[in-house]
Amino acid sequence: MQNKKITRMAFFTALALIFSYIETLIPFNIGIPGVKLGLANIIAVWAIYVFGFKEAVAISFLRIVLSGFLFGNVFGIIYSLSGATLSLIVMGFLKETNLFHCITISIYGGVFHNIGQIIVAMFIVENYKISYYIPVLMIVGTFTGLLIGIVSFEILTRTMSVFKD
Amino acid sequence: MPQKMGKNDFFLLFALAIIFIIFFTFFYLFEVKEGKSIIVTVNGKEYGKYELATNQSIKIKYNGKVINELQIKDGKASMQSATCPDKLCVKQHEISKKNETIVCLPNKVVVTVVYDDVNNGDNIDAISK
Repeated sequence: MQNKKITRMAFFTALALIFSYIETLIPFNIGIPGVKLGLANIIAVWAIYVFGFKEAVAISFLRIVLSGFLFGNVFGIIYSLSGATLSLIVMGFLKETNLFHCITISIYGGVFHNIGQIIVAMFIVENYKISYYIPVLMIVGTFTGLLIGIVSFEILTRTMSVFKD
Repeated sequence: MPQKMGKNDFFLLFALAIIFIIFFTFFYLFEVKEGKSIIVTVNGKEYGKYELATNQSIKIKYNGKVINELQIKDGKASMQSATCPDKLCVKQHEISKKNETIVCLPNKVVVTVVYDDVNNGDNIDAISK
């Protein structure tokens, strides 16, 4: 059982890393700086459902640090980590209540990912005026969260039986 | 895991919409007017204040090196070049309305549009010194 779990978590981490890489290949630019699709968050949502909150945090942390060193820079790691922390806490909490649909949870994850990043950005550049950007990022987070949520839900309904033992 | 979106989801998304509307009215509806000048801050400290009415090109220096180049043309400010790797600030749209910002995170450069005249506030003190 333990070995199976370790193998599966490693598989999830590898898959998340691949998604991060694929994302660098997709030219997704809608004219708003700093906006990404967040493909790797599919894995975060998936991991929360398959393993639970703690394991999802571990997988996301490894994915961000590895992809940061491979494809990004140190700043990227700081922003991704702050966003992922807030988004995972919110998603983990909402999932624990067992009241909400996976798509709703993913939308909240997307929005709070962006809010976490802007909060850290406010501290780093020491300028609180960039909070002006929050409404824009909320809309963007809703749309990317919706997309990720739909994909995650389709994956979940098809794979839940595989991971149930 | 619920298979269909239900009442709970509706309430949660409704709450999100409310939060959004609050932020939106707070930031935009009360603050949409053309600015008069821009403030450049580097690493949290004010670097300079420039009038939007005059066409000019501003070289932002940090530790003696030019890190960003800002251009003001026809009352609008835009980042022309930057030493950072991603160049997101250069891709950003030009700004002219109050509280609009251009941020260059790696260089910690923030450009904000304000409604004051350049000769208000601190600058008078600087001249009278």
